[in-house]
Amino acid sequence: MRQRSTFLFTTLAFGYAFLYLPIVILMVYSFNDSRIQSVWNGFSLRWYSALLNNAQVIDAALLSLQIALISATIATILGTLAGLSLTHMGRFKGRLLFTGLIAAPLIMPEVITGLSLLLVFVSTEQLIGWPESRGTLTIIFAHITFSMAFVAVIVQSRLSTVDKSLEEAAMDLGGRPFRVAIDVTLPLIAPAMVSGWLLAFTLSLDDLVIASFVSGPGSSTLPMVIFSKVKLGVAPDVNALATLVITLVGIGVVIAGFVMHRMEKSRRPHPQAIP
Amino acid sequence: MNNRYAEIADKAWRLFVVYLPYLWLLLFFLTPFLIVFKISFSDPVIAQPPFTPLFDWTKNGVNALYVTFDNFVFLFEDDLYWSSYLKSVRVAAVSTFCCLVIGYPMAYAITRAKTTTRNILLLLVILPFWTSFLLRVYAWMGMLSTHGLINKGLLSIGLIDEPMKLLYTDFAVYLGIVYAYLPFMVLPLYAALQRLDLSMHEAASDLGATPFRVFIDITLPMSSAGIIAGCLLVFIPAIGEYVIPALLGGADSLMIGRQLFNEFFENRDWPVASAVATILLFILVIPIMLFQRYQITDGTSGNE
Repeated sequence: MRQRSTFLFTTLAFGYAFLYLPIVILMVYSFNDSRIQSVWNGFSLRWYSALLNNAQVIDAALLSLQIALISATIATILGTLAGLSLTHMGRFKGRLLFTGLIAAPLIMPEVITGLSLLLVFVSTEQLIGWPESRGTLTIIFAHITFSMAFVAVIVQSRLSTVDKSLEEAAMDLGGRPFRVAIDVTLPLIAPAMVSGWLLAFTLSLDDLVIASFVSGPGSSTLPMVIFSKVKLGVAPDVNALATLVITLVGIGVVIAGFVMHRMEKSRRPHPQAIP
Repeated sequence: MNNRYAEIADKAWRLFVVYLPYLWLLLFFLTPFLIVFKISFSDPVIAQPPFTPLFDWTKNGVNALYVTFDNFVFLFEDDLYWSSYLKSVRVAAVSTFCCLVIGYPMAYAITRAKTTTRNILLLLVILPFWTSFLLRVYAWMGMLSTHGLINKGLLSIGLIDEPMKLLYTDFAVYLGIVYAYLPFMVLPLYAALQRLDLSMHEAASDLGATPFRVFIDITLPMSSAGIIAGCLLVFIPAIGEYVIPALLGGADSLMIGRQLFNEFFENRDWPVASAVATILLFILVIPIMLFQRYQITDGTSGNE
């Protein structure tokens, strides 16, 4: 028994070291004064100030945030509706195809999704003149499409664990489906919608491949700028940027997780669905 | 009268819930594939967009269908594409196996931890999901470079005399894929292992089975759904991976996702890129359908 727990502990230690060591080292070296990653020249914030003075990076970051905010919000609405229709709407025409369409974006290689979305935009432009140019708008549409599937899966897994009796009671008391959905179901799935929104937001913020396909000249998102900087090797200001992004997202996720855990506890003991 | 309005409103609500997301996905997820399929049968031209239309509406309104198989013939004749497909499948398969070997004991160990520790461990597996994929892959560039930490470490303990070339090699690509996709393997495995009924283990041990036998005969088969789900979650996206081979692999790392990207952005040959995508989709049809099956059965078991 002792032998086995030692084995399990070692696995965990190695597994987590593997997952986190590269990030930690990257963060440490972002404070390195030297241009060359391997030589430690002492503590410095010069890459951070270089970053803040880099208009290209700032513009790209603002564009990415804007795209992520809009696409995550719409994706959460559509994904929640999709989750509802899979759990609450019984049979409908084309349900099987719909379940397929929800699951496929989760695993579809990005190059395929990106290429096919671009070709759609090109075709609609030829047929109906929309979109007039490719850029922010087409990236938003593309991001909505793949992140709504993630939201739908999270909301669906939450809906399958919630107690149906509340909704049934509301229905029996004469509540119309729309009112029941707003007054009863919505509060129940709110935590799942929040995690869905956060996931959609980070997915959008992170996407390089799909955005590269559907974007036009002039709209470079943050990942596109980062990629063009690091394609040829390590860039010290990207280390600083990575440290900022990872720290912010990490703090955000931990706080969100904590708040939702508290909300969950104060409500009723439910098995927490893992996204 | 009032009732009729209410009924119409109910119907409208139902239609709205079901068909708004449905229409969106039909329009922006299904139609795109049909268009890719269509364009893979057209000729490249120097124009905007750079391909000949498959349907020519101008000829007296008659639908003249124009199809060419040149793009596929080109792919079949060029060894480059064959070897890229084969190599992508091989890299994805080996990486998936490595993820399974590392991820299974991790997931198992997490299920055996105390509740508080378990939640923290789980959060630490989920956290990389949220942090940038691109930046996590980039983090390895520094680690693997000639003067990076790994080479420094190996040099200092005297295992090697001069720095090894680690970055821009196939090894780096395997490492990057295993690193980036490990959480996708651990989570479904954890979900499957957590549901395991421990009384089966006790019964088997009481009847004299060695821990190894218990693992082979009970734990492994009972977690097979998690194993399949985890493997598909790694294997399918890994085949088409672009970022990892582009950043960590050498110029000759022939993975098909990178080939497609280059065909599109550097050669500007959209029809060939579409043909590459079409064949890739055909390769992935069976794994994707398997994944869907497991997704669906997973959903119904949750409803019980």
